[in-house]
Amino acid sequence: MKKTFKGRPVVPGEVSAPALVTHQGFNTLANLKTAGSFMNPKGILKDINNPEIYGKLMPGKALCLPETIGSTTGGMVLYCASCMNVGPACMLFPKKADTLAVAGAVLTANWSDHPIVLVDDLGDEFLDTVKEGMKVSVTSDGTVTVEDGE
Amino acid sequence: MILNDELLSVQNGEQGDAMRRVLNTLVMYGEAFGAERMVKITGEMGHAVIGTGSLTWGPVFDLMDRLMDGGAIPRQSFTTDPRGTEDHVPVNFADQVMFKLIFSNQKRMEKQWERMGIKDANAYTCTAYMEEVGNIPKYGDILGWAESSAVSYVNSVIGARCNRNSGILELMSNILGYVPEFGLLTDEGRKASWIIDVQCSELSEPQLLGSAIGFRCVEDVPYIKGLDRWLGTELTHTVKDYLKDMGAAAASNGSVGLYHVDHLTPEAVNHGKSLIREDARVFVIDDAEIERVKASYPMPWESEGEPQLAFAGCPHFSKQQLCIWTDRLQKGLEKNGRNQTVIPVIFCAAPDVIAAFEKEFPEKAAYLKEIGVTVSGLCPLSFTSNPLSDKIRIITASNKLRYYSKARFFAEEELIDIITGGRSA
Repeated sequence: MKKTFKGRPVVPGEVSAPALVTHQGFNTLANLKTAGSFMNPKGILKDINNPEIYGKLMPGKALCLPETIGSTTGGMVLYCASCMNVGPACMLFPKKADTLAVAGAVLTANWSDHPIVLVDDLGDEFLDTVKEGMKVSVTSDGTVTVEDGE
Repeated sequence: MILNDELLSVQNGEQGDAMRRVLNTLVMYGEAFGAERMVKITGEMGHAVIGTGSLTWGPVFDLMDRLMDGGAIPRQSFTTDPRGTEDHVPVNFADQVMFKLIFSNQKRMEKQWERMGIKDANAYTCTAYMEEVGNIPKYGDILGWAESSAVSYVNSVIGARCNRNSGILELMSNILGYVPEFGLLTDEGRKASWIIDVQCSELSEPQLLGSAIGFRCVEDVPYIKGLDRWLGTELTHTVKDYLKDMGAAAASNGSVGLYHVDHLTPEAVNHGKSLIREDARVFVIDDAEIERVKASYPMPWESEGEPQLAFAGCPHFSKQQLCIWTDRLQKGLEKNGRNQTVIPVIFCAAPDVIAAFEKEFPEKAAYLKEIGVTVSGLCPLSFTSNPLSDKIRIITASNKLRYYSKARFFAEEELIDIITGGRSA
């Protein structure tokens, strides 16, 4: 299966990564507050309120999500995770992204060497289609292709 | 985005490269939401979300150094979120060592804040809008704050205008003195797309009602009907405390940045139901929904047993709440025939609020010490980021703390009953 979606590149870039999918809000602080430190060096997701992704690895994934939720540390937590190489490769949203997710991606684009690509407005079907482990390819014009993984 | 002359000069690099990049960051952020211009911050003080010198946030402190070295300093004084712990909070040796390690950037951060113009050494709280702290915006003020519970409060209870800005962006907004105009800064963005119809048989606990609202509305603006049956139509201290706690839960369990309460919050009083979008959906919250929400919380403890530590005051207590909770504990202990709480208890409030409480109610402050309650300006969320705390069975009546830690939630009366020895967990 292979399907292509066209979204809005908020922080454009070229990325190819395995999908990590959550259908409920991604609480950035709850998931990543210790990521990159000795307490959670691998960047394991820690939000016990989100069983869909709890315990999974964040680094280098194409994070597919409806929105981020929770603390307004969210954007800077994403920035820190990115600087410490435990952040997502990209964040992909079916609707317009929220302020904290955009803040995180914008901070990485302007102030770090590891920008998090962010594409939103991909349409509701995107989150119905993409499944964990699928290969996700993003191009800088906001085209997102999902296909069955290896 | 159209920039005025002042900002064009910043964009041209006339105030240095750091300022140019600060502007570009905020422009990129605003353009993502269709902002067409930057508007001046009119609030007298800012509020930042970084109060804990967490080891994990090293890149943030490096960035703050880059900003200061480039001459990018906030234009106005500010308050910030609470510290992760305080010296007088009793912890064992292992925790002391761990706190030193995980908060190893604390001194560095506090020096940075001092250099950037923080209000004073007591300005570390999530409730800077308390009278004793004095960072109180005015109705209609444009703000560049962060801290989800504070943004919710100043938008909803005061009627100021502030987006849910992220950490660092709030700092950059205060450095520039401008924020991009979109979302909750606009009349349209402040309209409600949910009508929450509260049909409970009695006033629900604020942290449970807020959780139910956050789960349902996520980031949308709700217009809440039915609460005035219990809360009335005046923003008394008690009502403000209720809304503070309800808003914090809605902001952490979802990401609600603004709510209107029919006949009560200032914009609802001024504009009434014209704040509701035509296509707003209706959601009824009744006793069954509150029970369903409470029952949905996962069991966070890693081991079976009785609780070992209790937290209250997240977000930070007001002076009135410190008094009320002191009285409730006293009643509970008397009822259960005890002189002390059965587990250590930490009440959290702003340093300035604690100082006022101790000055005005010395007998209550002394009583809390006597029964085993520590009153602190710490942030329970940061405190419980200590990995050793994962092994401790913590209880709380805060839905915000529940969400971000392994603390188990109990309703207020249940919590008081447990810590005064009236029941087991």
